[in-house]
Amino acid sequence: MVSEKSNKRTKKVKIRRTSMPEQNPEERIKNFKEVALGYTEEDAVKESTRCLQCKNPRCIEGCPVDIDIKSFIDLISKKEFDKALDKIREKNSLPAICGRVCPQEDQCEKKCILAVKDKPVAIGRLERFVADRKLSKNSITGNESSGCSENNNSKSKELDCKSSNKKIAIIGSGPAGLTCAGELAKKGYKVTIFEALHKTGGVLVYGIPEFRLPKKILEKEVKFVESLGVEIKLNMVIGKVLTIDDMLNNGYSSVFIGTGAGLPYFMNIPGENLNGVYSANEYLTRSNLMKAYLFPEYDTPIARVRDIAVVGGGNVAMDSARTAKRLGAKNVYLIYRRSEVEMPARNEEIEHAKQEGIEFILLTNPVEIVGSEGWVKKIKCVKMKLGEPDESGRRRPMPINGSEHDIDIEAVVMAIGQGPNPLLTSTASGLKLTRRGYIEADTQTGKTSKKGVFAGGDIVTGAATVILAMGAGKSAAEAIDKYVKTGIW
Amino acid sequence: MYKIVGKIKLAEGIDRFEIEAPLIAKKAKAGQFVVIRVNEYGERIPLTIADYDSSQGIISLVTMSIGKTTYMLSKLKRGDSIRDVVGPLGKQSEIERFGKVICVGGGVGIAPVMPIAKSLKNTRNYIISIIGAKNKASLILADEMKEISDEFYICSDDGSIGFHGFVSEKLNELLEDSEKSSDSDLRKDINRVIAIGPAPMMSAVCSVTKPYSIKTIVSLNSIMVDGTGMCGACRVEVGGETKFVCVNGPEFDGHKVNFNLLMLRQKMYLNEEKKALDLYEEKCGCKMLEQKNGKTC
Ligand SMILES: Cc1cc2nc3c(=O)[nH]c(=O)nc-3n(C[C@H](O)[C@H](O)[C@H](O)COP(=O)(O)OP(=O)(O)OC[C@H]3O[C@@H](n4cnc5c(N)ncnc54)[C@H](O)[C@@H]3O)c2cc1C
Ligand SMILES: Cc1cc2nc3c(=O)[nH]c(=O)nc-3n(C[C@H](O)[C@H](O)[C@H](O)COP(=O)(O)OP(=O)(O)OC[C@H]3O[C@@H](n4cnc5c(N)ncnc54)[C@H](O)[C@@H]3O)c2cc1C
Ligand code: SF4
Ligand code: FES
Repeated sequence: MVSEKSNKRTKKVKIRRTSMPEQNPEERIKNFKEVALGYTEEDAVKESTRCLQCKNPRCIEGCPVDIDIKSFIDLISKKEFDKALDKIREKNSLPAICGRVCPQEDQCEKKCILAVKDKPVAIGRLERFVADRKLSKNSITGNESSGCSENNNSKSKELDCKSSNKKIAIIGSGPAGLTCAGELAKKGYKVTIFEALHKTGGVLVYGIPEFRLPKKILEKEVKFVESLGVEIKLNMVIGKVLTIDDMLNNGYSSVFIGTGAGLPYFMNIPGENLNGVYSANEYLTRSNLMKAYLFPEYDTPIARVRDIAVVGGGNVAMDSARTAKRLGAKNVYLIYRRSEVEMPARNEEIEHAKQEGIEFILLTNPVEIVGSEGWVKKIKCVKMKLGEPDESGRRRPMPINGSEHDIDIEAVVMAIGQGPNPLLTSTASGLKLTRRGYIEADTQTGKTSKKGVFAGGDIVTGAATVILAMGAGKSAAEAIDKYVKTGIW
Repeated sequence: MYKIVGKIKLAEGIDRFEIEAPLIAKKAKAGQFVVIRVNEYGERIPLTIADYDSSQGIISLVTMSIGKTTYMLSKLKRGDSIRDVVGPLGKQSEIERFGKVICVGGGVGIAPVMPIAKSLKNTRNYIISIIGAKNKASLILADEMKEISDEFYICSDDGSIGFHGFVSEKLNELLEDSEKSSDSDLRKDINRVIAIGPAPMMSAVCSVTKPYSIKTIVSLNSIMVDGTGMCGACRVEVGGETKFVCVNGPEFDGHKVNFNLLMLRQKMYLNEEKKALDLYEEKCGCKMLEQKNGKTC
C-alpha cells in the first residue's frame, strides 16, 4: 500500500520541511520589501535531501510545464546549483518568478508523495533558490543564450539563423509573450515584442506587488530574454498604433497574442463611481507600475486612508489588501461572499494576509456603496449562506434576508475578477472570439482562426496563472516555428 | 524617448509642442489623444492630439500648465525629449457631412476642437466657431480657428476681447437669434454642436442646446492612468451607464453625461496634486503663479 511504503520512507528521512525565512509581520507592513527572504544554501541542500527520488515522481505530473523536478532537486543535494538551474530552464524560462508565485500547493507539491503523511518537499522554494543564486551572480548568460544575435559565433547556428531569419511579432510582454519570444529567439527568429505599457512584464510588473515579486528579479529575467536577441518595443498599443494586419503585411511571418485579461470587472452596485472606489487593476497599477507607494518622490497619487475594504477572495484581492496595509490603512476589511475554503487565493497569500492583520469578513457581499459629497463613506453588505454547488463546483452563496449591515470605510478596492480587453481583438479582422470575448485558440498550439496568428495566456483561458501563461507561450513557439518553416496552417 | 522638435508659447501658461512620433502621426485621427509620461518619476497624463503630420512624422500637443506634470512639460525646450508617448488612443470624432456645425472651444479646449473643426470643414460642413478664454492674453489659436470657420466669434470672461461673457452665453444668443429669425432654414440647419473645454463649460453648453434638441458632442477629460481600458480610473456615467472615457470616448453625447459626477471625480486627488506642486515649487525655488506673471524661474 502506498501509505505504508511512504511511511517507511518518511521514517528514513525524518527532516522537517525547512521553513522560509521571512520578514516579521509587524515590520513588513511598514515597507514594500519582499516578505519571503529566500533559502540559504544550507536551507536548500537540507530541504533537497528530504526528496525521496521516487521512481515515478508524481510531482512532475503536477507541474503544468513538466519540469524534471526530481533531477533538479537531486542536483541541489549534490550542490550542483548551476546544473539544477539548467535543468529547470529546459522547461521554464522564468524560474525566479515561478518559484515565487506559482500555486505549488495545487501543483507539484500537491502531488509530492511526502504530502500524504507529512509536508511536501518545498519545490517552489528550491526553484527560487537556484534561480536567485544565479541572478545575484548577475550572470545572465546561461548555456542556452545563443539565439541569432551578432555575437553568435557558432557556424552551424549561423546557417540555421539565416535559413530562418524571419520576423515574428509578439503582442504583450506578460509571461506568455516573454516566454514565446524567448523560445523563438533561441530558434533563431528575429522577435519583436510590442507592449502597450511603458514597462515590460504584464501583470508581473503592474499587478503583483514588490513585496511578493521584487521588480529587480523581473528586470533580470527580462534582460535574459533580451540577451537572447529579443527586441522590446514599449508604448505600443496594438489595435491603435498598428493592427495585426499591418504586422502581417509588413514582413512579420507570424504574430503571437499574449495580451492577458486586462479588463476590470465592477459589481454594478449603486455608488461604484464614488471617489475612493478603485478597480484592483487601478489600485495595483498605481502602486506597482506607477510607484504611488513612493509618492511624492514619484508623481502618481493613491488614496491613503484609515479604513478600507477589499472585495474578493483571490490573489488579486490579497495583493490589494496587503498593499492597503502597507499604504498605512489601520483597518483593512477583506469582504468575500463565500467561506475561506472556497477562496481561490494561494494558501501562502491567505496566511500572510492574516499575519499582517487583514480582517477577513467572510460570507458577506456588498450591495451598495454609500457616499457623501462624492466620497465613499460606508459599504452596505448582506450576510450570505452557502447552498448547493454551482458550475464551478463551489457551493453557491445566497443572501440571507434581513442581514443588511454597514461597514464604515473611506475607500474600496473591487477585486472580483478581470475579463478580456476588446481593444486589440475588436480591430483584428477574422479573429474568432468566444462568447465572453476571449480568443478562440487551439489548446495545444495556440492557433487561432486567423492564418499566421497564435494566442495564449489569459487572453485565451481567462485569468489563470503565470505558469500556464508561460506554458502556452512555449507551446505556441513550437507551433509558430513549425508553421513558419512549413507554411502549413 | 520622444523628441520635441518644436515649441511655441501660445499664451501665458499655454504651450504648443511638436513631437517626433512617426507611428502615432501616421494613425492619428481628429478627436484622439496620447498619454505621456515626462520622466521616470512622472505621472501618466492624457493630452489631445491637436494636429498631426504623417509625412513629417510629427504630432502637436497643446498644454496648459495647471499642475506639476504640465509645469514640468512647460519647462522642456526644443531638443529635449519626453520619456513616453503612447497613442493614438480613444475613438476618433464622427466626421460626416452634418450641414451646419457649431464648434465651441473654451480655454485650452480650443486646441482639441481645432482638428475636429478642420476635418468637418474638409467634409464640406458649414463651420460656426465660438472660442473663449479668461482674457485676451490667454486666448489661443484665434487666427487658425478663424481661417477654418465660416462664422467666427470670440468671447472673453472679462470683455478684454470679443463678446463679454462665456462661450455658452454667446451660443445661447446665436440660437435665440436663429430661432427668432424669419429664415426658418437657419435654425434647422444647425445639426450639431461640438464643445470642448473645462467640464463646467461643457455642462453649460449642453444646458443651452438641450431645449433646442441639437445633438451636442463633448470630449470628457476624466483622470486617467493607462488609457487603454485596463484600470477604470476614467469612468464616467453616460445615459445612466458606466463608460470608460479612454476607450468608449473621449467624445460622448453631452445631453446624457453626468457632469456632476465627472467634476467630483476630477477632484479626487486635489490634496496630493497640491502637495506635489508645492514640493516642486520649493525644489525649483519659485512660485509657478509668479512665473506666469512674467518672472522666470
Ligand atoms: C494582482 C494579481 C496577482 C496575481 N498573482 C498570481 C500568483 O501569485 N500566481 C500566479 O500564478 N498567477 C497570479 N496571477 C495571474 C497571472 O499574473 C496571470 O495569469 C498571468 O500574468 C497571465 O499572463 P499573460 O502573459 O497571459 O498576460 P499578462 O500578464 O496580463 O500580460 C499581458 C500584457 O499585454 C499587454 N497588452 C494588452 N493589450 C495590449 C495591446 N493591445 N497591445 C500591446 N500590448 C498589450 C499588457 O499591457 C500586458 O503587459 C495574478 C494576477 C494578478 C492581476
Ligand atoms: C482625453 C483628455 C484629453 C486632454 N487633453 C488635454 C490637452 O490637450 N491639453 C491640456 O492642457 N490638458 C488636456 N487634458 C487634461 C490634462 O490631462 C490635465 O490637465 C493634466 O493631467 C494635469 O496634470 P498636472 O500634473 O499638470 O496637474 P495636477 O495638479 O496633477 O492636476 C490638475 C487637474 O488635472 C486633472 N488630472 C490630474 N491628473 C490627471 C490624469 N492622470 N489624467 C487626466 N486628468 C488628470 C485633475 O482633474 C486635476 O484636478 C486632457 C485630459 C483628457 C482626459
Ligand atoms: S514551475 Fe511551478 S508547478 Fe512547476 S515545479 Fe516549479 S513551482 Fe512546481
Ligand atoms: S484610463 Fe485606465 S481604463 Fe481608462
